[in-house]
Amino acid sequence: MEGKQTALYEKHVAAGAKLVPFAGYLMPIQYHSITAEHQKVRESVGIFDVSHMGEIWIKGDGALEFINKITVNNPAKLQVNQAQYSAMLYENGGFIDDLIVYRFEDRFMLVVNAANHAKDLAWIEKHAPSNVTIDDASHRMSLLAVQGRNAPAVIQKLTDTNLDDIKFYWFREGEVAGQRAVISATGYTGEAGFELYIDNESAPAVWDAVMEAGAEFGIEPIGLGARDTLRLEMKFALYGNDIDDEHNPLEAGLGWITKVNKGEFIGREAVLAAKEKGLSRKLIGFEVEEKAIPRHGYECYQGDTKIGDVTSGAWSPSLDKGLGLAYLAKEFTAVGTKFELDIRGKRKPARVVETPFYKRPY
Amino acid sequence: MASIPQDLKYTEEHEWVRVEGDTATIGVTDFAQGELGDVVFLELPETGDEFKQGDSFGSIEAVKTVADLYSPLSGTVAEINETLEDAPETVNDSPYEDGWLIKLKLSDPGELDALMDAEAYAKHIE
Repeated sequence: MEGKQTALYEKHVAAGAKLVPFAGYLMPIQYHSITAEHQKVRESVGIFDVSHMGEIWIKGDGALEFINKITVNNPAKLQVNQAQYSAMLYENGGFIDDLIVYRFEDRFMLVVNAANHAKDLAWIEKHAPSNVTIDDASHRMSLLAVQGRNAPAVIQKLTDTNLDDIKFYWFREGEVAGQRAVISATGYTGEAGFELYIDNESAPAVWDAVMEAGAEFGIEPIGLGARDTLRLEMKFALYGNDIDDEHNPLEAGLGWITKVNKGEFIGREAVLAAKEKGLSRKLIGFEVEEKAIPRHGYECYQGDTKIGDVTSGAWSPSLDKGLGLAYLAKEFTAVGTKFELDIRGKRKPARVVETPFYKRPY
Repeated sequence: MASIPQDLKYTEEHEWVRVEGDTATIGVTDFAQGELGDVVFLELPETGDEFKQGDSFGSIEAVKTVADLYSPLSGTVAEINETLEDAPETVNDSPYEDGWLIKLKLSDPGELDALMDAEAYAKHIE
């Protein structure tokens, strides 16, 4: 198998991971069982290697203004040590990528999807003014996500930083297991937990320390398969499935991060025009009312009329039913609307439901 | 390494066959269940349904993917594994024993000669 290895590759092999090529990397899709790994995160704590994600530093006098121009959210609202979910758009309003913007004292960090890293970097460099510098740190930084209700207790054993002080979507620079780390209260699972940005050289030591500190909670390594089912239960968008260059943030339900009143940014005119015109389709969450698993690309119908397409789907281990996301024609998007899925030639009943599908019990 | 019992016959689509008299028990291989991952449920035919060699007789839905099941031989469904309705994970836990899928009453036992033996199947999945 071809692919770059993260700094934790040997750990995955030793843990019996099934490794698959993903965005140019060999990544663990699962270690033993996607459903067992999913439940581990929902019930206690798990650790993910997501070092394939891209980290791009932007600094210089023009950094804030530049990031304001290329992203939809408002970075001027960020305080130092705060992060925000955002996205980059093309002029036509379609997504280039979704990302997280971190504000440090003297610079910003953009965390982007691995599959979009090269495209994002090229876009950023193309639009960068002369008063900013771009430093792509993706190849030298690792990212560990420690997620689950017991994650804070595990990480607290390894750091002097008081984790209670780090609110959701805030971060601190500190040490974890004696290694320099950005400790970020973020994640892609809907659980409590942290994401740790560390140097590649530190990654194996931090991984081992977290595994040891988490032993009392039964911590396990979690693969990308469970990461996908966990995020889907929260309706967190996945680029390439639920958002892409053919959909805009309003259709995707991401109007809340798209601050059209913050001033000029790339894609703003298109978003305003789409708003003016009215949406023709919207991303909704649905559940299947029979035993069936919706999957990316399945079509949605009412009678003979095609009303949309499934963008993500899975069997939900938490809810024990088939769940999915779909772009449906606007008139079919109200909660409770019934429609049919074409699953390999067979019609299965489905219903638009409230999201997130899963609500954490603590 | 995926286990490949010596006494079974195999197809390119990763089914195994155990023949006793004129009846064939059919399941998916250890390799196949490993590739599929956690099995969530199966769509299986009903007793009495007839299939020709190579026909799709159902599907297997796993968390990440879905796979068609192809009949390795021609015949009539004599029995389906009812325990999989409530315990589909049996296919993962015991692919060659408790996780069997269907039993076929064979209409052309000669077709068996076209299937792979354990050695050939081991090469097939290399």
